[in-house]
Amino acid sequence: MPEPVLLWTDLLLFVLVGGAIWFGVYASRREHLRAPWRQVVRSRIGISTLTILAFYIIVGLLDSVHFHPRAEDGNGQSGEVVSLLDEILSPLRERQEKTYSAPLATHLFSKENITQPDGSMVRDYPRLAHGGAHLQDPATEHGRDLLLTSLWGLFEGLLLSLAIAALLIWRLARGHGTGFGEMARRVAGGRCEIPWGAFLVTLSILLILIAVAAELSLKYHLLGTDKVGEDVLYQSLKSIRTGLMIGTLTTLVMLPAAILLGIMAGYFRGWADDVIQYLYTTLNSIPGVLLIAAAILMLQIHMSNHADEYATVAERADLRLLFLCLILGVTSWTGLCRLLRGESIKLRELDYVQAAQAFGVGHFQIILRHILPNVIHIVLITVVLDFSGLVLAEAVLSYVNIGVDPTTNSWGNMINSARLEMAREPIVWWSLSAAFLFMFTLVLAANLFSDVVRDAFDPRLRGEKLAAQGEAV
Amino acid sequence: MADDEILLEVEGLSTRLGGTVKAVDGVDLTIRRGETFALLGESGCGKSMTALSLMRLLPSGGRIIAGAARLGETPLLKLSEQQMREVRGGRIGMIFQEPMTSLNPVLTIGDQIAEAVRRHDPRPGKGVRERVLELLKLVHIPAPEQRIDEYPHQLSGGMKQRVMIAGALAGRPDLLIADEPTTALDVTIQAQVLRLLKELQHETGMAILLITHDLGVVAETADRVAVMYAGEIVETGPVAPFFGQPLHPYSRKLFQSLPNKEKRGNRLDVIEGMVPPLDQPHPRCRFSPRCPLAEGRCDRETPQLAAHDEQRAVRCHFPDKPLPHIDAVPKGASGATASAIQPLLATHDLQVHFPIRKGILKRTVGHVRAVDGIDLRIPTGRTLGLVGESGCGKTTVGKGILQLIRPTGGRVMFDDTDLTALTGNDLRRRRGEIQIIFQDPFSSMNPRMTIGDIVAEGMVAQGMEKNRLACEQRVKVLLEKVGIRGDTIHRYPHEFSGGQRQRICIARALAVEPKLIICDEPTSALDVSVQAQILNLLADLQQEMGLSYLFITHNISAVSYIAHEVAVMYLGRIVESGATDRILENPRHPYTRALLASVPQADPAARHTIPALPGDLPSPASPPDGCHFHPRCPDAGDDCRRRYPDSRELADGRMVKCYRVED
Repeated sequence: MPEPVLLWTDLLLFVLVGGAIWFGVYASRREHLRAPWRQVVRSRIGISTLTILAFYIIVGLLDSVHFHPRAEDGNGQSGEVVSLLDEILSPLRERQEKTYSAPLATHLFSKENITQPDGSMVRDYPRLAHGGAHLQDPATEHGRDLLLTSLWGLFEGLLLSLAIAALLIWRLARGHGTGFGEMARRVAGGRCEIPWGAFLVTLSILLILIAVAAELSLKYHLLGTDKVGEDVLYQSLKSIRTGLMIGTLTTLVMLPAAILLGIMAGYFRGWADDVIQYLYTTLNSIPGVLLIAAAILMLQIHMSNHADEYATVAERADLRLLFLCLILGVTSWTGLCRLLRGESIKLRELDYVQAAQAFGVGHFQIILRHILPNVIHIVLITVVLDFSGLVLAEAVLSYVNIGVDPTTNSWGNMINSARLEMAREPIVWWSLSAAFLFMFTLVLAANLFSDVVRDAFDPRLRGEKLAAQGEAV
Repeated sequence: MADDEILLEVEGLSTRLGGTVKAVDGVDLTIRRGETFALLGESGCGKSMTALSLMRLLPSGGRIIAGAARLGETPLLKLSEQQMREVRGGRIGMIFQEPMTSLNPVLTIGDQIAEAVRRHDPRPGKGVRERVLELLKLVHIPAPEQRIDEYPHQLSGGMKQRVMIAGALAGRPDLLIADEPTTALDVTIQAQVLRLLKELQHETGMAILLITHDLGVVAETADRVAVMYAGEIVETGPVAPFFGQPLHPYSRKLFQSLPNKEKRGNRLDVIEGMVPPLDQPHPRCRFSPRCPLAEGRCDRETPQLAAHDEQRAVRCHFPDKPLPHIDAVPKGASGATASAIQPLLATHDLQVHFPIRKGILKRTVGHVRAVDGIDLRIPTGRTLGLVGESGCGKTTVGKGILQLIRPTGGRVMFDDTDLTALTGNDLRRRRGEIQIIFQDPFSSMNPRMTIGDIVAEGMVAQGMEKNRLACEQRVKVLLEKVGIRGDTIHRYPHEFSGGQRQRICIARALAVEPKLIICDEPTSALDVSVQAQILNLLADLQQEMGLSYLFITHNISAVSYIAHEVAVMYLGRIVESGATDRILENPRHPYTRALLASVPQADPAARHTIPALPGDLPSPASPPDGCHFHPRCPDAGDDCRRRYPDSRELADGRMVKCYRVED
């Protein structure tokens, strides 16, 4: 039995997931929270982006279950820490090449001296140790093998999507008490409350891409290898966790401070307001990068002075990630705090808050029952909008070397290490492109999703709809 | 003055909103040159939509689906948008309810009127400014040469409405559509604006389509009237016979539900139920579900708007059948024995001053004397009406008594305790004994809480009911008491109408068993028929539970109906107080006299040449020296300018602060 390892960021991520589940249960019992979420799920863009985000989240969660693997010889544990995702991707992880190789290549990217069986030396592109190793004669078989493998992956993906679609339609048909064919027509025609058609299309595309990628990755390096011969696809997948961590943990760190201080400033006014305003205007006027650089440097010095306290490389890298989240949180809570202060100033003058005061309800109760539930929509909108910004910020920070640990897989680190190779002829483009592709998909999905969330929760946008109905009522 | 030439003729106008809402449903109107035609109705009956349809300014989603409208020979509904723009602001002018938001705050008022002048009355160069000045003079803006370059925030509400009217007059319109032009204004300012409209009509000969919900305003100004209900016109005719003997049961019930002092001591007649939503199919007669005369025929035949005599038409099968006689149900001897010895609440020299801070260091440079030395006495089981215009500080008095705003001076004696001396938990424990009901039933309940939680909040805070089940039971009892079904406790506020919400607010206040309830304009946001229901409820509760009310309002008729005593407030001070009958029938203070005279009476026979009170309410930050009222007072003398008059008790028991009042 492998021994589980709980890293700090894992713990916090699970706390966050627990919180999200609790909020889901809480919201499902309250109509004013349930209705906007229903609206999110009922929009085509909402459900499509949610599907893509779910893929990222699943990968991120799989990558957050860490353990010490059983050592090769079977007795005792190794010092290495791997995650569930590593275990699943072990074919990718373990098949290291010597150095750069282009995507789907069968030969290395640079020429080397090869000793022929007869002892003579030839300078040529050597065959890869793993990529396309099954081919007898790459020159003739390569193209055909690629095509066949892709088609096989396509077939598998299609089969899987069809199975899922059939299962879903069967369940829906049973729930609605209609026939299978009728339900299928309804789903295809977009005549369901939830746009299942859009969901199935997105899911099918995703599944087919995964299946094709999986089939190809078994025989080749789909996105090539990097300088030390590591598979780029593997790196990109591992980077997902880092991106998600930065995007969500930072929020988790800043939320309590932003909510508490923002509401306090707006509700109590007076000297509390003055102090809090002073605090965030001061903090806001320090350049964020400066603060982050200083904090990361301090941490590095601390770690090198107390090297014995950190048992594994993974632990050190993890602590640095956590620290980055913390410091990003410290620099990013002011915006939300300011919004909440303004909203609370408005709310405290409303009649129902005054009525509660007239009942002798305590300040804490008033904040909890009357102010907080009425600003939650602002919190939600801000959190979702901030997410993509933070993912991008990580890439920038890693690029200037004050981001995550160089040993941590992250899109920023991928870009950083690829930057030197941009000048090479022919150009090594795949690391950069892979990082870009994965990050772009995540950020685009998150941005589109946040637009839908904002439309659903923003009372002004909702007000327009109601006003149109309300004119006559 | 109506020279019978038809100016506007509307036939079968129907407007839909968002496809399903029948906002206007087959409206016929005829407006003659130079007359004032009033369109009367409660909120949501489609009267504003009728006006917007005529202007072709419907909100997005709105569509005119049928009908014709002719302005003289011009078919309004067939014009192109280009041509329509010539008509808007040209032949038809329009003014809106809210003068605060109808003017652009970053342009001077001169620029804004000039815009209209340039469009519809082109003159070269300097002529524009002269025409703007002429218009400002026409609407009686004092010192127009100076005002023309001022910004909207420098003007008072009444002044802004005058500017809006000046803008609407720029194109010399044949027809002025006034959509609730005075609803957002105080009575004295309302009287000024209504008089101005009348004068302008006299000078220019334009016709006015006046849209209002106020029977009083109709009686004061209109020549003919049409009553709208649920998108239809149910009755139309000249004002005098309409007020003399309304025909449609709806109009008749409206009159009966108006509170006034004759109905004191009796329950008000109410129209049961509420205005039907316009997106659902109506019964044949739209009023029949609420009508006391409804019978089988009303369900079978759709009533048509049929001529009743030469001038009047009514949409009812039984316009002549008398309403079932309702016995004047006595409210009962209300709380009667005024324990004059020991009042429940007494304020002594209550003051609430807000500091005005300026500069970087926020130094106090002055005070807004919102409440400046007020003495009130409310005995157990009695109602004191506190009357005054907006900005006079009456709401601040309520909050000062509740200690929601801590008074800066004076005492609030409640049951022998000085509330201003209490702090923290001592105060919190006494909170339950005084409660408040707010004006706006939409902002007075947390939209995120269920009705049950809202009503129970006070009980929980006061620690009255620990047991959850017992608490829920009590909430149900309370809701039933105010006429809300007990099984609604798990619903949210937005599922209720304005009147129902106000009832729930009353239940919430009652939950902590208060002795005094401060009613801060509780009926101002409600329709007439719903207002009557709430006033009845308040009167019943007072009788049943011996409650005392401080009834803060600007609505004189509601005060005359419900209050035992009345206090009139002007700029932070009480100018006159005493028994309601005596004050309202024989006001002595010049301000009280002017205020009462400004209230439009729902009786065209009593139409007076409105003695408009000049000027606006001065700022409480810099009140005039001496008597605060002297700049507007017709009787002011030198002594009034020097010193604020002391309070004097007259022989009939009233208190008054005026040098000119003889005993």
